[in-house]
Amino acid sequence: MAKAFQKIYTQITAITKATCSLKAEGVGNEELATVNGKLAQVVKIMGDEVTLQVFQGTEGIPTNAEVVFLGKAPSLKVSDQLAGRFFNAYGDPIDGGPAVEGKEIEIGGPSVNPVRRKQPSELIATGIAGIDLNNTLVSGQKIPFFADPDQPYNQVMANVALRADVDKIILGGMGLTNDDYLYFKNVFANAGVLDRIVSFVNTTENPAVERLLIPDMALAAAEYFAVEKHQKVLVLLTDMTLYADALAIVSNRMDQIPSKDSMPGSLYSDLAKIYEKAVQFPEEAGGGSITIIAVTTLSGGDITHAIPDNTGYITEGQLYLRRDAEIGKVIVDPFRSLSRLKQLVAGKKTREDHPQVMNAAIRLYADAANAKTKLENGFDLTDYDNRCLEFAKEYSDKILAIDVNINTVEMLDIAWSLFAKYFKPEEVNIKQALVDKYWK
Amino acid sequence: MTTGKVKGIISNLVTVVVDGPVSQNEIAYISVGGAKESTKLMAEVIKVTGENVFVQVFESTRGLKVGDTVEFQGHMLEVTLGPGLLSRNYDGLQNDLDKLTGVFLQRGEYNFPLDKEKLWHFKPLAQVGDRVEAAAWLGEVDENHQPHKIMVPFAMEGAYTVKSIAKEGEYKIEDVMAVLTDADGIDHQVTMIQKWPVKKAILAYKSKPRPFKLLETGMRTIDTANPICEGGTGFIPGPFGTGKTVLQHSISKQAEADIVIIAACGERANEVVETFTEFPELEDPHTGRKLMERTIIIANTSNMPVASREASVYTSMTIAEYYRSMGLRVLLMADSTSRWAQALREMSNRMEELPGQDAFPMDLSAIIGAFYARAGYVYLNNGKTGSVTFLGTVSPAGGNLKEPVTEGTKKVARCFYALEQARADHKRYPAVNPIDSYSKYIEYPEFAEYISGLIDDQWIPTVNEMKTYLQRGKEIQEQINILGDDGVPVDYHENFWKSEVIDFVILQQDAFDKVDSVTPLARQRYMLNIVMGICRSDYNFDNFLDVADYFKRVINLCKQMNYSEFESSEFKGFEEKLKALLDEKQIKG
Repeated sequence: MAKAFQKIYTQITAITKATCSLKAEGVGNEELATVNGKLAQVVKIMGDEVTLQVFQGTEGIPTNAEVVFLGKAPSLKVSDQLAGRFFNAYGDPIDGGPAVEGKEIEIGGPSVNPVRRKQPSELIATGIAGIDLNNTLVSGQKIPFFADPDQPYNQVMANVALRADVDKIILGGMGLTNDDYLYFKNVFANAGVLDRIVSFVNTTENPAVERLLIPDMALAAAEYFAVEKHQKVLVLLTDMTLYADALAIVSNRMDQIPSKDSMPGSLYSDLAKIYEKAVQFPEEAGGGSITIIAVTTLSGGDITHAIPDNTGYITEGQLYLRRDAEIGKVIVDPFRSLSRLKQLVAGKKTREDHPQVMNAAIRLYADAANAKTKLENGFDLTDYDNRCLEFAKEYSDKILAIDVNINTVEMLDIAWSLFAKYFKPEEVNIKQALVDKYWK
Repeated sequence: MTTGKVKGIISNLVTVVVDGPVSQNEIAYISVGGAKESTKLMAEVIKVTGENVFVQVFESTRGLKVGDTVEFQGHMLEVTLGPGLLSRNYDGLQNDLDKLTGVFLQRGEYNFPLDKEKLWHFKPLAQVGDRVEAAAWLGEVDENHQPHKIMVPFAMEGAYTVKSIAKEGEYKIEDVMAVLTDADGIDHQVTMIQKWPVKKAILAYKSKPRPFKLLETGMRTIDTANPICEGGTGFIPGPFGTGKTVLQHSISKQAEADIVIIAACGERANEVVETFTEFPELEDPHTGRKLMERTIIIANTSNMPVASREASVYTSMTIAEYYRSMGLRVLLMADSTSRWAQALREMSNRMEELPGQDAFPMDLSAIIGAFYARAGYVYLNNGKTGSVTFLGTVSPAGGNLKEPVTEGTKKVARCFYALEQARADHKRYPAVNPIDSYSKYIEYPEFAEYISGLIDDQWIPTVNEMKTYLQRGKEIQEQINILGDDGVPVDYHENFWKSEVIDFVILQQDAFDKVDSVTPLARQRYMLNIVMGICRSDYNFDNFLDVADYFKRVINLCKQMNYSEFESSEFKGFEEKLKALLDEKQIKG
């Protein structure tokens, strides 16, 4: 494989589980190399000693392995041919199709100049009222599902992807189980949208460290379509917790001092580099956009763990799923879920009463939660408490459940009719002008 | 100049072997990419051991090789100060983001932060023969309606005599505006611009008293409950999703300051874009001019290079101190100081220093303390006053306030605005916990004297009374939760609901409503008196159910007042209804 001018090194001086070191000269930082054919990347240089991170792991690498430096950072060939294809973490096809022809670009490239961005302002409708009404998504936004591993986040995400009005959907799968990988493949194929979809997949069968390349691969492809083709691109990243775990493995094997929860001290910056690729370009730059919907799996719902915690500070909100025992369905949790960009579209791209209706309904839902606590503690409920509980049940079923598929006007009308059914205007606390107009 | 060669690279920490002297924090440029497409990357010396000099590079080091050349610059990281800073968007190293070409930030692209061609109308303030020293005002130009003073450069030590000064007229920033003669008879030329190392505080003032003047923000939970002063310091810790950024934005839009500097330090790019988009459109509620005219944005968002995050807060503070020296009121907001601390942690980690708590560097709280100390209200040498008010947000890991950045900040900041998850969950915005938060300034006698003159001498006692109602309400709520609604006397419910009136009408404020988002002080006083009137009265209730029902109606009317233009007929209409409602149940004493 080595080209004529490339020097082959055969003396490895140190091997750990994830890295190997050798003496070499003229090597650039972050340059790619192959070690006995396995792809590796330069992570440290000290004098003439170069340390390589071997993505597949170092099992079986001998001290006399052939090391060839490739003179470039990890890259991906981009063109329209990406559409409809499935690739591994290195950008090689795994669907049996031919290699993609196109321009070769380095992945993990520079950030967009903040003054060249446009403020996100286009609503992404999903039909799921728990999202559209309470946590409206906006193009150019980045938002994860915070979910326990047993929750149906991949299904909800696939639904969102299929209903959203976008030009390209790019799936970055990290540590996907083979079953989930096949699930996505089938759903996309059955919906007849494969030509809109590009997938980069690392399954649990592949080495963990390879996952580190997935988000950059997916986002390099996304940037190609958004910047050069001016398309609206939706990127799905699942599961970012497994990505962060891979970061921790590498940092651990490089003897770095861990910070909170054994995560590397740079976790925030590492995650931010990925999520901040979400962007809305202005019309002058073609008007393309990259929206990121990710999944961060939680351990027992603990959001104080370093991964969800750092994620929460980076992303523009988060979505929680929860099983509502009252109605026996999975709902989008209205208390903990938040879309930070919703005010850019709520009441502006949607009907004027949207923000106040949303807040009022959640306040009443919170009152219902208090009433429920009272009930559980064996106290008598007031008439208001009982009305709140009734309201909450119907609200859960008609608005919050993930099987809802209606437009925002219908959602608002349903909310007003529920207000009228259970409450008096002064209990709802909405601006009088809106009450006069919409109270049913 | 000293030069060197790259010896080692770990991420953005580069080891350099040098051929001459270097100083700590000196700036160097590293050439990457070989001779044909060489790019120079800016770096800063952070450690020296023997012949090895460790520099942190402010950019990606991808492709950097052993043997690449390094040129040291002989000075620390500096900013360029002069007219034309206002309305600009800089990165952490003071590059003008609008001048950068291309959609993506290309590494190694640096530019001059000011406009060299623009003409400024200069008016001299000093006269030939005047004795002057560093920071003395030589003249002024009009920068977006602010009197931008042209000063004796801060770096000039000792006393000087003005030998000549430019006449009133149009000049460019690099023109010589004055010639100063030092004690040895040597002449020094002064232009409109000067440079200053960002990590050194500008100390060219006479004295720094305790802050005492209220800085009005239009936010009731701040101005009424826990006021901040001109030149004061405050911090806003809060878990994500509690509205830190919305709160900061509201303050930066509404605060009664001459200059607002926003340091977006390691936070979301879209939040900065929101500022870029809104500020040129929104009006300053105090002057009616566009907000952008008084604003400088230092954007070093989370995806921009980590090392310049640290630089960005210092760059912002230095610019703030510069404007303070002109006798202006500067408000500096940094969102978030935790990201800056994390940048320090990343470097400390790469240098393999022994870590302190949570792997942060050992001297973290000293670094935070020294930074907050640069804020303040000052008397300048000419007797005028100026101030830098500093508000920083803290993003505590896991929402736990017992972490090093929060603890380090709590020791030095005088105002504490605790954002609370539970309040945010219940959409009680701004989610500032009224009981845990504090302002030390309210205890200062000089503040009490000032506020008595500004509002009245009953103000502080009334605010304290309000806080007592809140505290009592919270205690009662806990009792009701334990004993049940009918397990406590009716007047417990009454007192609980009085605290709810305060919460809903005074503390909660709709940041997205045109009227409610800004409450001028006179209106805050008016509403506080109404609410305290409600709290101080006794009521006739038969049972606890009536209490909740009644006070909800009271709250609803007060909120409608908050949503109406002050003293409009609509406002007065709701006030009449409120009076009628209160008459129904109040016991006349």
